[in-house]
Amino acid sequence: MNIHQISVFLENRTGQLAEITHLLAENGIDIRALSIAETADYGLARMIVDDAHKASSVLLAHGDILSMTPVWAVEVPDAPGGLADLLNLLASEHIDVEYMYSLFTHKDGLAYMVMRVSNEPKFLGALGDRKIRIVSAEELGLK
Amino acid sequence: MPNYYQPEIETMPYDQLRQLQNEKLLKQVRHVWDNVPYYRQKMEEKGVTPEDIQSVDDLYKLPFLSKADLRDAYPYGLLGKPLSECVRIQSTSGTTGKRVVAFYTQHDIDLWEDCCARAIVAAGGTKEDVVHVSYGYGLFTGGPGLNGGSHKVGCLTLPMSSGNTDRQLQFMTDLGSTILCCTPSYAAYLAESIHERGIQDQIKLKAGIFGAEAWSEDMRHDIENKLGIKAYDIYGLTETSGPGVSFECSEQTGMHINEDHFIAEIIDPDTGEVLPEGSKGELVFTAIDKEAFPLLRYRTRDICVLSRKKCSCGRTHVKMSKPMGRSDDMLIIRGVNVFPSQIETVLMQQGYGANYQIIVDRVNNTDTFEIMVEMTPAMFSDSLAKISEAEKSLVNALKAMLGISAKVKLVAPKSITRSEGKAVRVIDKRKLF
Repeated sequence: MNIHQISVFLENRTGQLAEITHLLAENGIDIRALSIAETADYGLARMIVDDAHKASSVLLAHGDILSMTPVWAVEVPDAPGGLADLLNLLASEHIDVEYMYSLFTHKDGLAYMVMRVSNEPKFLGALGDRKIRIVSAEELGLK
Repeated sequence: MPNYYQPEIETMPYDQLRQLQNEKLLKQVRHVWDNVPYYRQKMEEKGVTPEDIQSVDDLYKLPFLSKADLRDAYPYGLLGKPLSECVRIQSTSGTTGKRVVAFYTQHDIDLWEDCCARAIVAAGGTKEDVVHVSYGYGLFTGGPGLNGGSHKVGCLTLPMSSGNTDRQLQFMTDLGSTILCCTPSYAAYLAESIHERGIQDQIKLKAGIFGAEAWSEDMRHDIENKLGIKAYDIYGLTETSGPGVSFECSEQTGMHINEDHFIAEIIDPDTGEVLPEGSKGELVFTAIDKEAFPLLRYRTRDICVLSRKKCSCGRTHVKMSKPMGRSDDMLIIRGVNVFPSQIETVLMQQGYGANYQIIVDRVNNTDTFEIMVEMTPAMFSDSLAKISEAEKSLVNALKAMLGISAKVKLVAPKSITRSEGKAVRVIDKRKLF
């Protein structure tokens, strides 16, 4: 099961990200992961929040432009080499990572990576073969 | 000692000049009536026939032509001669992407080049001079016009066209250019490049003829000081031939309009009423000598003032002030005509909304041109690569439409300032007028 990511357009202006995070805070929405991608002139914020649908309607009402994208949350050992092993596997299977960032959530020596990849069926197959776990929204406490 | 290219015409006593205009006007109105059905229909709608026009005093009876007519009649609707007698086409941008095309017979080319020759001689040009033409060549009238005028005077002509600064400066120093013709902003840029390279002592320029865009007296002084030259203004528009419709003499208090070819009027842009001499209003031209593209009462949209005050140079032709503004929303950026509606057309075609803002400024004497475009849900993507790709395609489409590059800045929705609900489309920070 994948999880929902919200991507918000950021124009290059002081305080834009502060406005967005403040708006989410006011509405009791918790940010579980955040990654910023930028060019010289604009950027976008990719987020995992505890209630993606609520966050999306709050941001849309505020006039923001956003998209909701399905991404995968992958469990990796919180130890040296944990991420490297996963990426080596994807490389050997010729699967490209379009982007990736980590969830703030940690658990008993485990970390979680949010990933978007080029070939999803192949990605799921490769992870299944190696018993690498995809974590569900319920498990992460996301609505 | 003032110099003239065609002294008998340029210093013709006013009464005689007026008589010449009357004769040419009557002939031209008949020519248009017989050969341009588009304009004839306009005259008929107004209830005017060629018999109603007996002298320049009757000019006000004729209908106006505007850029919209050029668009409606595109491409051949205003043609006054069969194409087999035309030898040239020049072009400029139009209001909604359709270009303006102007036709010339050999006679029309000759009179245009005569006008440019007058401007070169007024700037001190003789057959001993090396005229360095850095206006663009091609459909743009700047290069071909001054090039032709320079030939007529007998100057050694360097058809440089614009761009490639190193080559410009190399030819300027190696071949001893004495008169520079280009846009004032390009002149300022070349002047700076000359100073950066420290080659001032190798420059032999004595005069410059600069036009196709608005420039201030401050900019004139800056160019004159940096290049050690006298800088002359020149005015014109493709619709009436090109540069040389009017030009500055040594007095530099306005541009003499070549009245043996063009009759100038100043009108109230709102009512169309002709205003008395000395009033500020929209400049209207009637071409009384052109065969292939004989526009009568063409509205230039340039706001200026005419003056018949006696000029110390001895020329008797009326002088127009530098344009002080526009009565439409056209911008001239780096010498190129830009209409906001053209930008709107491209935005729609590329899938963006029509909410945009143009910001024009002049930094180091060069125009900067930025278009802020609001992001729309349709153009948004989770992938930065896709957003940049769409942005690149927008930049290319704008370049194709406008002929000059604009910097596009994607901004958040509803972030473009609206005053009283109406968006401000253009912010022009240049101090031009």
